[in-house]
Amino acid sequence: MTERIGVYVCHCGTNIAGTVDVVDVANWAAEKLKHQGVVIAREYKFMCSSLGQELIEKDIKELGLTRVVVAACSPHLHEKTFRTAAKNAGLNPYLVELASIREQVSWVHSDKTIGTAKSKAVVSGAVSRVIENAALEEIKVPINPNTLVVGGGIAGIQSALEIANAGFHVYLVEREPSIGGHMSQFDKTFPTLDCSACILTPRMVEVGTHPNITLLTWSEVTNVAGYVGNFHVTIKKKARFVNEELCTGCGICQEKCPKKVIDDVYEAGLGYRKAVYTPFAQAVPNFPVMDKENCTYFIKGTCKACEKFCPTNAIDFTQQDKQINIDVGNIILATGYDLFDARRVSNYGYGRLPNVFTSIEFERLSNAAGPTLGNIVLRDGKTTPKSVGIIHCVGSRDKNFNNYCSVICCMQGLKFAHLVHERTGATVYNFYIDMRTAYKAYDEFYQRVLEEGTLFVRGKVAEVTNAARKESEKGKLIIQVEDTLAGKQRRIPVDMVILSSGLQPRADSKEVGKMFGISCSMDGWFTERHPKLDPVATMTEGVFIVGCAQGPKDIPSSVAQGAAAAARVLDKILQKEVMLEPIKASINKETCSGCRICNGLCPFNAIAYIEDDKISDINPALCQGCGTCVAACPAGAISGTGFSDAQIMAQIDGLLLRNLIAA
Amino acid sequence: MNKYLLYPGCSMDSSAKAYKDSLDAIMEPLDLHFEEIDDWNCCGATEYLGINLIPAYSLIARNLALATKQMNPVNGTGGTRTVVAPCSACYLNLAKADYYMQERPTLGAKVNEALAAGGLEYKAGTLDVRHLIDILVYDVGLEAIRSKVVRPLSGLKVVPYMGCMLPRPDYQHRWSDHEHPTELDDLLRALGADVIDYPLTTECCGGHMTQIGPETAFELIRRLISDASERGAHMMVTVCPMCQMNIDAYQNETNHFFGTNYHMPVLFFTQLMGLAFGKEPGKLGIGLELVSSRNALANLGIEVPVTQEPAAPRKKDEGLPMPRRWTKHEARKEAVK
Amino acid sequence: MDNDHFEPTIIGFTCNWCSYRASDLAGTARMKYAPNVRLIRLMCSGRLDPTFVLRALSAGADGVMITGCHPGECHYIEQNYKALRRYLLLKRVLSGLGIEPERVKLVWASAAEGARFASETTLFVEEIRKLGPLNWSKDSDQLSVISDQSDNWSLITDNSSEEVPA
Repeated sequence: MTERIGVYVCHCGTNIAGTVDVVDVANWAAEKLKHQGVVIAREYKFMCSSLGQELIEKDIKELGLTRVVVAACSPHLHEKTFRTAAKNAGLNPYLVELASIREQVSWVHSDKTIGTAKSKAVVSGAVSRVIENAALEEIKVPINPNTLVVGGGIAGIQSALEIANAGFHVYLVEREPSIGGHMSQFDKTFPTLDCSACILTPRMVEVGTHPNITLLTWSEVTNVAGYVGNFHVTIKKKARFVNEELCTGCGICQEKCPKKVIDDVYEAGLGYRKAVYTPFAQAVPNFPVMDKENCTYFIKGTCKACEKFCPTNAIDFTQQDKQINIDVGNIILATGYDLFDARRVSNYGYGRLPNVFTSIEFERLSNAAGPTLGNIVLRDGKTTPKSVGIIHCVGSRDKNFNNYCSVICCMQGLKFAHLVHERTGATVYNFYIDMRTAYKAYDEFYQRVLEEGTLFVRGKVAEVTNAARKESEKGKLIIQVEDTLAGKQRRIPVDMVILSSGLQPRADSKEVGKMFGISCSMDGWFTERHPKLDPVATMTEGVFIVGCAQGPKDIPSSVAQGAAAAARVLDKILQKEVMLEPIKASINKETCSGCRICNGLCPFNAIAYIEDDKISDINPALCQGCGTCVAACPAGAISGTGFSDAQIMAQIDGLLLRNLIAA
Repeated sequence: MNKYLLYPGCSMDSSAKAYKDSLDAIMEPLDLHFEEIDDWNCCGATEYLGINLIPAYSLIARNLALATKQMNPVNGTGGTRTVVAPCSACYLNLAKADYYMQERPTLGAKVNEALAAGGLEYKAGTLDVRHLIDILVYDVGLEAIRSKVVRPLSGLKVVPYMGCMLPRPDYQHRWSDHEHPTELDDLLRALGADVIDYPLTTECCGGHMTQIGPETAFELIRRLISDASERGAHMMVTVCPMCQMNIDAYQNETNHFFGTNYHMPVLFFTQLMGLAFGKEPGKLGIGLELVSSRNALANLGIEVPVTQEPAAPRKKDEGLPMPRRWTKHEARKEAVK
Repeated sequence: MDNDHFEPTIIGFTCNWCSYRASDLAGTARMKYAPNVRLIRLMCSGRLDPTFVLRALSAGADGVMITGCHPGECHYIEQNYKALRRYLLLKRVLSGLGIEPERVKLVWASAAEGARFASETTLFVEEIRKLGPLNWSKDSDQLSVISDQSDNWSLITDNSSEEVPA
């Protein structure tokens, strides 16, 4: 039975019509492809408009069309539009094919004759293909209403709270002993100069006490299997050596522990902690962890002071890592960022010159709960600096290190300038390339810092050195910079230098991405589905990325993304089931010889070998529709819907105009 | 046995005779064998490259072409494809010629055309060009050097001056850092000397400005000496004949120009190696320098207790800890790289 | 027909996630490239059955271009490696058949590499132009061996072994 095919060629204004004679193409299709089943061929200015879609719907109803070909823009833009139009008219949406004659023809070629000829070939290919299309039904799978949030920073906390407040269960997994992320290390936040801990800790407490949130800190995700709506996740809960049922968070163990260690994580290497510790006073949960590598008992077998003094006998040296398996429907990745290692910029002297500090070290100095109790002092722990230089763009906007802009460093540099003025009254210089103060109240903050008397030098700092050339430079750090506005080289002696280091993706972002089935960009940030219109979703259904894991951003943006992802997850949960594209592979039982070549080819483990029947079988829920097994089967026993062999062979013939030779 | 081809360079026989003498002295304890390239010519230093690239590179490449003839000797065993240059400028010129002949095939073709006139040819990439200190630190190894030290140089405060030409441009990624390389520091420490961290280790010594614009050169020389002096150094140690000559031979004039009174001897690192290996100073060219090193070297032979490395911070008013070299996290990252 | 005026016809296979988006990007950016390539969209380069290539060549194409995501960036994790393995084996089969293996080319292009897609296409067209037309068979009878019987692909057995490490 010959199909009844409708061909619609779009002008797209002059986007297509400028380089392709659309009328000619339509007429040609009506005439030359009649024998294949084309009953009507139209051309219209804007097929995607409601009038254009109505044309198609009308023809389907009145002419009894069984297939539709729309020659227009890329299927990535409007495939859904035309499929929906067909559906509305009662035709199965998968019997519609799009032929791209805009991105692939009219926009990339300039000669109208060539463009028209190529469009005819493309339409011919689409017509030949659509004949072989099968009517497919979308697959519905139920959604598990639980959600996994990986990362307990501000973005993760926001997502978790939104979903939990809506009444659904959330598992929040955090690698460190406490949630809070980098925001818990800061002193004040720009531009409002809110105390960071004051605005963060209420949220942290809410998470810690929420009945709908299971908080798993000092834990890591080790394996993820499954697909949207049905993920099976394995989590390793590392041993704290503290029994959480008995611990009251009194802190006596920390007091009595004799082993002092430099705290590299929370105090940025400036302060100390004990071998058994909570990272900071407001930690949630407030159970300490034991650092096995530095604990005297684990090294030598002696001490055990914490155990002796614990009033509730909560110390347990025999505790083991635990494996927890959970089932969730959606996953939100909020894993945050790493700070650029300023040691790599050796001309700034960080690591070699004592009084050069990074941004996070300064936050700890400035923080009232930090190692210097909020006094901004030099590396000797005592002296207040009289002059401070703050260098922007360290490791960012730099071909030698990271090409991108880290977004927050300018505001951060201004914030530091303000704090130094306020606390020490020192002279402050800010060395910048451009001043990036884009969002609400940011530029006003810049004006304020200007008015406070901060000196701004526009130029990329060449070097920070302690080699004095004259008397006035002795004992100081000299910043050598080209002052581009004054047009001269300057050597500015200061007591302290603060490097506004850039943000980097986490060191293990590639491995984490692989585990969750998402990819990373060239820089290492997780890749979003669409950079402009879909920044929190990924190419993998059911996995979302929020906060700095997606790219450097400030706190309000992280919070917004966290809430956005939560809304997307809630939308899925409330629908109770998710529709999957019916592009799947399936094995024909009769033709399968049980050779098992396909078994090893599937990265989603969708193909299993059935011992009893001695044939292989594909689980349609796990199948992602890549088609590798379809191509590999030597017996041709595997067929793939949506991209079947018949469809592609037909398209090849059509593109090469072999279909014009009457069969 | 480590065998290399040697490109001595013009200075070795004249102004840098001390370098040559000390190099000869340390070859035997380190089991190094150098075979001089037959009929080598001047590398052209820095001026020629600014005038006309093709003859400049051809001049340099002639040495490379000659070296390939000695790569695999007909008689005997061994043979090597590494050319060692003790002088930084010679090293840079040879390395640059090899690199650019590879990167720019037209240049390579023209140079080979010029070489063909003399019956020579050089295929870029055939030879490995390395500096003397690179061989000593990475091939011979610091452990081997340390094991040959009979008279540790403890008590002698030295400042390591690498000069500008070695770490930049670094085509083959040989050096630990381009702003603050540590090869010379590590080598001197292996000899037992008290190495002072010198921020100006890769700053310019003035080069040929001593001939073209002396005031500029004097200021550059003064900076180097004054900073070393401020840090309490007894002497400066260098790897390049040009640097040694500028700081040594022009120190007097610099003093006159600024009204200063510096007396900062500057020696080659091979001379210090020779001293540490127990060789006689006379055989190492010590005494040939214009700013005498006698007072500085008098610091040796005095029993100076080796200072302990500071222990982990314990006292309260020790100040804030410095960022440490590697945390676990970074070590893992570094390993991944 | 001498090679200077010969316009090759080339079939290109693109993967939905990377290379097809790259061709879209080339279009959006209005980058001009040679018009001789006609594209077919697959979900993944791993879907590419070598018989598609043979069908294309026998049906009148002078060359086939296969494109996909860069190794390590495949949307389906590692299927582009399988495409690579098949492609390498296919080249050997082609030379056995007496067809120049240079008529089939594999190009990796990520979704951001519109310019690369355009330049590689133009480059490939020129390479095929130099090779000249394929002229597999003008006789349509001979073609019917491959063109009908859509479910008999045993003409060429796929010997790709899954034991080859990825």
